[in-house]
Parts: sequence; structure tokens; C-alpha cells
Amino acid sequence: MSSPAARKINSGFTAWLRRDLLLAYRRRGEVASPVVFFIMVSTLIPLGLTPEAAQLEKVAAGMIWIMALLATLLSVDGLFSSDYQDGSLEQMLITPQLLPLPILGKVTAHWLTTGLPLTLVSPLLGLMLSLPDAGYLPLICSLALGTACLSLVGAVGAALTVSLRKGGLLLSLLVMPLYMPVIIFGTATVNSAVDGLNWLPPLAILGALFAASVALCPLAAAGALRVTASN
Amino acid sequence: MSWLSKWLSKWLPNESSNWQWFYRLGSPRWFYLRSGQWLPWLSLAALLVLATGLVWGLAFAPEDAKQGNSFRIIYLHVPVSFLALAGYYIMAIAGAVGLIWKMKLSYMVMKSAAPIGAVLTFLALFTGAVWGKPTWGTYWVWDARITSMLILLFLYLGVLALQYAFHSNEAGNKASAILALVGTVNIPIIYKSVDWWYTLHQPATIKLTSAPSMHPDMFQPLLVMILGFYCFYVVALFLFTRAEILRRERKTAWVKELVLGEPQS
Repeated sequence: MSSPAARKINSGFTAWLRRDLLLAYRRRGEVASPVVFFIMVSTLIPLGLTPEAAQLEKVAAGMIWIMALLATLLSVDGLFSSDYQDGSLEQMLITPQLLPLPILGKVTAHWLTTGLPLTLVSPLLGLMLSLPDAGYLPLICSLALGTACLSLVGAVGAALTVSLRKGGLLLSLLVMPLYMPVIIFGTATVNSAVDGLNWLPPLAILGALFAASVALCPLAAAGALRVTASN
Repeated sequence: MSWLSKWLSKWLPNESSNWQWFYRLGSPRWFYLRSGQWLPWLSLAALLVLATGLVWGLAFAPEDAKQGNSFRIIYLHVPVSFLALAGYYIMAIAGAVGLIWKMKLSYMVMKSAAPIGAVLTFLALFTGAVWGKPTWGTYWVWDARITSMLILLFLYLGVLALQYAFHSNEAGNKASAILALVGTVNIPIIYKSVDWWYTLHQPATIKLTSAPSMHPDMFQPLLVMILGFYCFYVVALFLFTRAEILRRERKTAWVKELVLGEPQS
């Protein structure tokens, strides 16, 4: 990959990745909020359901996954909107690079600042919700892959609603049905490990979902941005 | 999408080939006038076929051995569910045609297919719930098919909501066409994963497929009803699309002439 053309294509990805990470670093408080949300909602579960460990461990995997999904959903709204407001999204649209690559760079930055922290915090929540010991490694693996899928699919929704004033709520309506397979296989990975079954098959399907969304979602998001950002 | 249209244009219709009808379809005016001629015949066909199927299914088909007369709701439930799913593909294909060939009419078809499909999906869920009460003793079960139908309803609602969220028709059209296409890619994945999820959690008490094969006396009216509902769907789609054409083309001369009456004649 050392030919000038390849380097030029790569630069679209790395430049936007670096820019978004830098922006996130400058606004560290905002980056922390999905993680704080994640931890706070987990306090509601013992309060709302039951504090008994025997019952909590049954719902722990599903609850952690649902909270991770909601935390991603909250943060994915801002993926393009601040760029749209300050005009840098238009700069991205007129760059000579293929549009899906800058988008992939932005999504990668989004995952590094949301999905990855959520994944790293999840063992703590597992501990608080008394997740059985066998579930920790599958939880981390499935969340790492699954939140990447959530960021990618969410990018399509964010691109479709970027120019709308109340896009956030609509975004969750659009994206939630598309998230169903991810949450099914994410919780299945953890639950099969807890039940003592082989947890690699559902994780492999999660990997397949990730591969498909890496290939398709930036294309769809690029098409969507071309439509919505010009209005 | 320009690379896609270039690639497709190599082997799909172009001006020189025998595809004139395809290009004519792009004209809302042509469609409006032509569909006006087809509509009475289609409505008549839908009415006759539906009436035949309903009377046959509700009055003459034999009673089910286990479910008694309550099984007869199948003659509504199955055709409605068929069309709920087929309607999504019709909507997505119309959206894709609009994105690729930039055809105004196909966006109007897509926009019209969304509310019809959403209502059909709701009806499928509703008739299923009504059927479920006497058969299973409960209105709602988290079963694979019911859950995927519910997700289909959400997909329809998403397309509808996105369509109306934009002020300009054009952006709304294209955005909801992209969403419909993304949904199309996802529907098989969602169905497979929900299926898999259900087999993992399968409760032992309920069996959806009561009998693998239906008696022909029960099956034939069902086929008639499915055919009738397809006709009905086309009629509904035409009516919605015609209204949409009039709404969007209201500034053009031909619509004004049509609505206000021709001064010459």
C-alpha cells in the first residue's frame, strides 16, 4: 500500500479519524457522558427490578446490552450534526477522496470514543449486576464487535437525519429495528457462555454482521449525506 | 449513485431498445390518465374475487377439526400478512428505481406504498392477535413470526416518519428510498436472527404450525383471497399514487385543465 494513489485514499480515512479524535480529546466531558449514562442506568435496574443477586444474574447480560445500545444511540446523533452546523461536513462532501472513507474514519473515531469505553466499563457493570463468572470474556468480546456494528448502522441513521431539527428522536426510530440482530446475537453470546454452551458461534455471526456493516454502511451513509446535507 | 446507474445502463433499458413503455412510466401524466382507465376494471376484479373468496371461505369451507369456526380468520390474516411483506419490497424497489433512473413517478409509488404497507402490517398483527385468543388463550406471544412482523411495522413507520420529516419533497423521497433499501438488506437478516432467537428460547406450550398440510377445501378459498388481496392492493396503490400525483403536480397545466375542466369542450 505504498503507491501514491493508495496513500491518497488512505489519507481520507486517517485525516478524519485524527481530526475527530482530536476534537473528542478537546471535549473530554462530552465523551464521558455515554459512559456515565451507561453506569447510571445500571443503578436503575436493581432499584426497578430487584436487588437480589439470583434474579439479577438472569437479566444482567441482556440489560448491559440494552444499556450499551441506548448509550450508543444517544451519542450517534452527534456524529454528523456538529459538522453540519459548522460547515465542515460540506468540506467533507467536496473532498476528492471517496466519501465512504472519511465517513469510515469518523465512525471509527466514534467507536473509539463510545463503543470502546463502554466495552471496557462493562465488566464493572457485570460485577454490579452479579453476572456469572463465565460471562465476562464473552461480554467484552461481544460488546467490542457489537458496538462497532451499532456505530456503523447508527451512522446511516445519523446521515439521514442530519439536517432535521428534531433528528435525534427520529434517528432512534429509524435505527432501532436495524439494531435487533445485533442485540439478539450479542446477548446470545453472553447467555450461551453463562449456560455453559459454546459461545463462539453467536460471536462469529456478530463478526459477520460487523463485516457486512463495515462494507455497506459507509456506502449507504455517503449516499444519505449527499441527499440530506445539501438541503 | 451515478456509478450504479452507469453500470446498470449497460444491460438495462436504454432509448434505442424496446423499452419505450419503461420511459413512458416516468411520466406522471401518462400514468394518471392510463391508470384512470384501468381502475374500474381492477376495482371490479378485486371486488368480485374478494367477494367470492369471502363467501367461499366464511360460509362454505369446512370447519376446522380442532379450532372450529375461529380458524376462518385465516382468510384475512394470511393474505394481509403476504401483502404486508410484499408491500415492503414494492416500496423498496420503487425507491431504488427512483434513485437509479431519477423517475418522479416511482417516488410517488414509494410514498404511497408506505402507509398501505404499514396498515396491512398492523392488520396482520391485529388479526393474528384476535386469532391467538381462542387458539392459544392469549393475544400476544413473543413468537418468531409475530416479533418479525412487529419489527416490519417499525421499519414501515421509520420510512413514513422520515418521508414527512423533510420540508422538500425531493430530499424526503431520496432519504426514505435509501432507508427502504437499507431495510431491504436487513429484512432477511432480521428474520433469520429472530428465527434463531426464537428456537433458542422456544416455549414448549405453543405450536404455531398446527397442521403441515391444509385440506384442499380450505386451501382453495385461501388462494382466491390472496389473489383478491393482490388486486385490492393494486387498486389501493393506484388510488394513493393518483392522489399524490395530483398533489405534487398541482401547478402544472395538465392538472389544472383536468380539475377545472377543459374550456374548449
